[in-house]
Amino acid sequence: MNIKKVKTGIIAAAVGMACLVSTPAVMAAESQFIGSLVYRTGPYAPGGIPWADGFADYINLLNERDGGINGVKLNLEECDTAYNTDKGVECYERLKGNGPTGMPAVMPLSTGITYALLDRVVADKIPLITSGYGRADGSDGTIFPYVFVPPATYWGGADIAINYISQQEGGYGNLKGKKIALVYHDSAYGKEPIKTLEALAAQHGFNLTLFPVPHPGLEQKSTWLKIGRQLRPDYVLMWGWGVMNATAIKEAAAVNFPREKFIGVWWSGNDADMVPAGDAAVGYKSLQFNGVGADFDVHKMIKQVLYANGKGSAKSEAGIGEVAYNRGVQSAVILTEALQGAMNEFGNKPVTGEQVQWALDRLDIDEARLKAIGAEGLFDPIKLSCADHLGKGRAKMTQWDGTQWKAISDWIEPNNEMLGAMYKESAAAYAKEKGITPRACN
Amino acid sequence: MRLERDVFYIILASLLLMVAIPWTAGLLSEEIFFEWPFFFEVAIGGLLSGVMYSLVALGFVLIFKASGVFNFAQGAMVLFAALTLVGLNEMGLPMWLAIIATLIVMLVLAMAIERVVLRSLVNQEHIILFMATIGIAYFLDGFGQTIWGSEVKILDLGFSQNPDFYFGGLILINDFDLIAAVIAGILVIVLALFFQYTRIGRALRAVADDHQAALSVGIPLKHIWVIVWAVAGIVALVAGIMWGSKLGVQFSLALIALKALPVLILGGFTSIPGAIIGGLLIGAGEKLAEVFIAPMIGGGIEDWFAYMLALAFLVFRPQGLFGEKIIERV
Repeated sequence: MNIKKVKTGIIAAAVGMACLVSTPAVMAAESQFIGSLVYRTGPYAPGGIPWADGFADYINLLNERDGGINGVKLNLEECDTAYNTDKGVECYERLKGNGPTGMPAVMPLSTGITYALLDRVVADKIPLITSGYGRADGSDGTIFPYVFVPPATYWGGADIAINYISQQEGGYGNLKGKKIALVYHDSAYGKEPIKTLEALAAQHGFNLTLFPVPHPGLEQKSTWLKIGRQLRPDYVLMWGWGVMNATAIKEAAAVNFPREKFIGVWWSGNDADMVPAGDAAVGYKSLQFNGVGADFDVHKMIKQVLYANGKGSAKSEAGIGEVAYNRGVQSAVILTEALQGAMNEFGNKPVTGEQVQWALDRLDIDEARLKAIGAEGLFDPIKLSCADHLGKGRAKMTQWDGTQWKAISDWIEPNNEMLGAMYKESAAAYAKEKGITPRACN
Repeated sequence: MRLERDVFYIILASLLLMVAIPWTAGLLSEEIFFEWPFFFEVAIGGLLSGVMYSLVALGFVLIFKASGVFNFAQGAMVLFAALTLVGLNEMGLPMWLAIIATLIVMLVLAMAIERVVLRSLVNQEHIILFMATIGIAYFLDGFGQTIWGSEVKILDLGFSQNPDFYFGGLILINDFDLIAAVIAGILVIVLALFFQYTRIGRALRAVADDHQAALSVGIPLKHIWVIVWAVAGIVALVAGIMWGSKLGVQFSLALIALKALPVLILGGFTSIPGAIIGGLLIGAGEKLAEVFIAPMIGGGIEDWFAYMLALAFLVFRPQGLFGEKIIERV
């Protein structure tokens, strides 16, 4: 290779690099940047892919159909965390300064990443939205001004599961002496419901037995021999994740434990968990903080505007309506409604994290708004305030019929009076540990 | 295989402890539910799980025997083989043809690994070869998912997954576990015969004993490496089929290598029978510990107990139960 060729190569590379750097800068000046932490790779990808597709599809729908929000185009950039906390923090640091106003909010999609970002988001003034995961006491907006946990928490999920069981048994009075087992991922996430379940066991007189399953949960034979052949509980609850879910359902079948009495939290209720379990999963139940199915107007619009024109994020339309997909859409709705609230207040231009926090403190997605979005019945209305960063915290019970989830209850509201006191107690302990002065919310 | 006297005593002692400790725990603690049918149900379940661990451990043993390298990529090979099989099947190939095509892919992969990675590392330190296998693992994880996607895929070979009662209705055993045990048993017999009675098998054993001596008598090292990586690929495919039928074919399959490590520590890195007996001891030991000891100390001990059990064996047999005793004279 001669010197001239080398020179030409270097110049071409430099021009190419300049184009790469300058193009997003031009785009960013006109548009609202949205950073999305996703996991399309790694051991949990089967659950992460549909979420990422649902999130991206709703953002792209707004761009294609409405030209963005209030005339401001949305510029979505994904960063793959592979559900790894280190990569999650790296993604956050890489994305937080992008666009003209930085990342307006972060949805880490992982309890581990959530904990790692708690202090950073306060310093960076970027709201942390954790829908159905993360710290339950983040619902206390006086202590956690930048943490938002709609539409549900793990503690609420535990209470709703016991509420549902009490309905099946003819009332809370009939829970006395019943045996309920909790099979949980032996991690901070899996341990979240224990405190609530212990309080409820003491209150209603049922016997709670705990079965930790070490990560990743590929092998659970001994756990299920103990459950199915020794303890023989009346109900089993599961706080599982990834491959642990399908394995648990298969092992439950292997010891003939009735699937109708086996109830998972929403992260144990993905379509991707049921598929490998096959026939063993028929009758299994799971809580969901979103509705199930693909028959809603928002789905029709996504198909019509995006997929009909080859602009969908998923490989095919078949994935639309999976529960993880619907959760992705729901997260996008929460974020974009907050963005719109911020733009309505601060002007139709890209908004900052601080401005979005202001809007999230006042977020009100009511029935009428859900109808306009095309998600009436798909999501529960959400109304937040400065002090309440959760809302009603309701969830539905669903059952797997072998091919899809079917809703078998209406929205069930947890005992927010009891849980509210627990959230406040836990948040106060956190504030004391960190030296945080609660903000006034009047 | 000649069973050394101390190995025989160690296995006998461990079997006695596996019975005595749960029985004693049942007598001493009200938390422990001990009945003989339940004990045998747990023990049989553990033995059958152990066979599944052995399937994965076999792949490690083959490559370690031939090159002295711990193949970090074995778990990734299991995932890659299973992904390829299901991917080809989804493309319309009948299952039997997809299996043959996957075997060819694993052979090509073995040749590529030998040509691209191993050939230039001949005579390098083992740690360098080990680091190279880490690279292969990451490459296979990513490459497999890039080609075939990261979604969960179903691998249904029509095996029954239902539980049945045996021994007069006293003991519940899952049919699938029995089938997996039979397949693993057949694989082990075939491998043992291959190593013992074929020309290639004898050459492999010669390479395992001494690379340079094998080269000096005309055994082609690079061909041997291709063969051994290809055989490890076939073992990975069988493990991928069995584990994939159980859990669905997904990225988590790569993590089953974690279950093979205590088996290797216990059985020895160089012995095929060691991988089998190690798997059985680890499988039964961890299940019995989880059911009959864990309730007294809070539960969830299965995974670390497997390693503890393996390390306990090392106190008496530092080379593993069936590993080769290394004597270096200075």
